[in-house]
Amino acid sequence: MMRTPLGQVRGLGSAKEGTGHFVRQRLTGLANVPLILAFIFILISVQGESHASVVATLSSPLVAMIMLGVILSAIIHMRIGMQVIIEDYIHGEGLKFLCLAANTMFAAAMGLMCVFALLKIAFGG
Amino acid sequence: MAETHHDNRPLSPHLQVFRPLITMVMSIAHRITGAALYFGTILVAWWLMAAASGPEQFAIVDGFFGSLFGRLILFGYTWALVHHMLGGIRHFFWDMGAGFELSTANRVAWATIIGSVMLTILIWIIGYLAR
Repeated sequence: MMRTPLGQVRGLGSAKEGTGHFVRQRLTGLANVPLILAFIFILISVQGESHASVVATLSSPLVAMIMLGVILSAIIHMRIGMQVIIEDYIHGEGLKFLCLAANTMFAAAMGLMCVFALLKIAFGG
Repeated sequence: MAETHHDNRPLSPHLQVFRPLITMVMSIAHRITGAALYFGTILVAWWLMAAASGPEQFAIVDGFFGSLFGRLILFGYTWALVHHMLGGIRHFFWDMGAGFELSTANRVAWATIIGSVMLTILIWIIGYLAR
């Protein structure tokens, strides 16, 4: 691989994580197919229901596990996807770093909110 | 790396000089729906946090999603989800080295857009029937 000593010092170039990202994006994508279909099914079955009824459905073990699964898989998937978009269009090193950091924080924030809410509902808090 | 963007070397022809092809439009749509779903996660988090917070907060979110504007957003969200899923399945076949023939790629691209619209409408019909 072509890599100058200066590039090595600056940490530019391949981070050797590309294949891991590629595989993870496809694994989560594959998992998303049944999980999203189940997610749509759950949403259709709780639409228009009262708060108590929605909470009761979301707290049943199977529904809670499917919801946690779809959140985790989708958020890992969307974080990698947005990283690809950022790396494709944003070339300035500083702005790219900021965008990549914001991407991770957004994904973490969404994941935390959804997982916290689902666990709170599931454990009856 | 970053330096190479400042010189004035000629660039190869880019998007704007090509007649839009269905495979190219579906590729762009895959990226746009992915980005839309990314921000659409806010809606899921909002709904779940409201459900976890109590009936008052839940009523606000439920009222928004039940409104005409809310339903329009949810309909668009459903389509983005279905389109991105079908596009993703298409990518799985490409990953396995299948479906690269021009006629197949074009047919599958058309199937993605037509199938996504039909499936979205089907999901909403089922949704309304299940009420």
